Amino acid sequence: MIAVIDYSMGNLHSVHKALQHVTNDKVLITSSADEILKADRIVFPGQGAARDCMSELNKRELVEVIKEVSKTKPFLGVCMGMQVLMEHSVEGGGVDCIGLYKGTVQHFTDHIDAIDSAGNRLKIPQMGWNQIKQTQAHPLWKSIKDDARFYFVHSYFVDPIDKSLISGETDFGINYPSAIARDNVFAIQSHPEKSSDDGLQLLKNFTQWDGQS
Amino acid sequence: MPLAKRIIPCLDVDNGRVVKGVNFVDIRDAGDPVEVAARYNREGADEITFLDITASSDNRDTTVHMVEAIASEVFIPLTVGGGIRKVEDIRTMLNAGADKVAINTAAIHNPELVKEAAEYYGSQCIVVAIDAKKVSKESEPDKWDIFTHGGRNDTGIDAVEWAKKMADYGAGELLVTSMDKDGTKSGFNIPLTKAIVDAVNIPVIASGGVGNLQHLADGVLKAGADAVLAASIFHFNEYTVGEAKKYMSDQGIEMRI
Repeated sequence: MIAVIDYSMGNLHSVHKALQHVTNDKVLITSSADEILKADRIVFPGQGAARDCMSELNKRELVEVIKEVSKTKPFLGVCMGMQVLMEHSVEGGGVDCIGLYKGTVQHFTDHIDAIDSAGNRLKIPQMGWNQIKQTQAHPLWKSIKDDARFYFVHSYFVDPIDKSLISGETDFGINYPSAIARDNVFAIQSHPEKSSDDGLQLLKNFTQWDGQS
Repeated sequence: MPLAKRIIPCLDVDNGRVVKGVNFVDIRDAGDPVEVAARYNREGADEITFLDITASSDNRDTTVHMVEAIASEVFIPLTVGGGIRKVEDIRTMLNAGADKVAINTAAIHNPELVKEAAEYYGSQCIVVAIDAKKVSKESEPDKWDIFTHGGRNDTGIDAVEWAKKMADYGAGELLVTSMDKDGTKSGFNIPLTKAIVDAVNIPVIASGGVGNLQHLADGVLKAGADAVLAASIFHFNEYTVGEAKKYMSDQGIEMRI
């Protein structure tokens, strides 16, 4: 069984539908600690503001549950579900996050110019299809070409202190980490559930992953 | 390599069926929105927009089921417009699997709706659709007003000022349709689109008037649009989305190929 963690942040139906499209396993949208602890794999999606995400997670007492399952089961963080794995986000004046990894979540405007070197205007949020450079081999990249395009919608990006966490990078005025991986955890900034064939392939790879990097 | 420009095929739907002539050789039922959406996805569409023209609100449930069916089969961003009047309409469409909703007339009657929706659901899912028509005379500087009712009613609101206001209110994107150009196949209204692109810092989708592939490229190269929307050129096999992307890419535009 795959548990999609529900904490009222964003549209979980897309992730649910995309997972059901690539696996025969049961996919459950749930906020129950018991069900999450019982699941074989965990998908941690999310969108919206970091402060709201953390407050919803705290309200449901899910932070410790997420810390627990992220040690043991194949775990996929998506978008906000990637960002809040860091220690701290600068969003909304600063928010403490789950702190699975040392490092922060940064806003694009503090790091990029409004126009890139090629003369393109960079509008924030980044919305649309951008490339992911696979900086490390990983089972979740299986059958996905390097520099494949994924669908992104975001204004903030993760900046881990340990650069060896970075599994993929994307260029939006700067090269920022768009995928990170460690042991049984993989997290991605784009929306694989909206990234057509390559996104579905990544989700399929996740449903077949044994959690070893 | 920067963010790609997007091609968005647009379909009119009535009671959950695609209307206004879709004619693909390899499709069993060209009125079935799931089949049409799947076909555009295979060709490489970056998003798909559905405009619900269902007259009766009683029949809107059909549209909801349609969105659910498409979202279970087609995994690219889906925008639904038409008949979005209240925050509940937005919630219904997002829950059904739409990624964005396009708000048009309701934003004019109640601009607070855009603010409220953006705060609640996030700007990324709120598209404001702007139907604009030129109201200045030939000798005067360009001026466009927002029109409703298919271009018949002048609201008296300046289109560029309106675009700025909607961006301030939290719109994540603007869908700019020239009512002068719509249906003419003579190309986008470049001055209108460019005026809005220059006035706001959110993505702008150019719409209305596409008759060939150069028109799509001009929307990006001349008007600076982030995405281009077209309906009829894709419906009748005149061009595939794939051909359009290749054409634009050959002109140096960053595309997802």
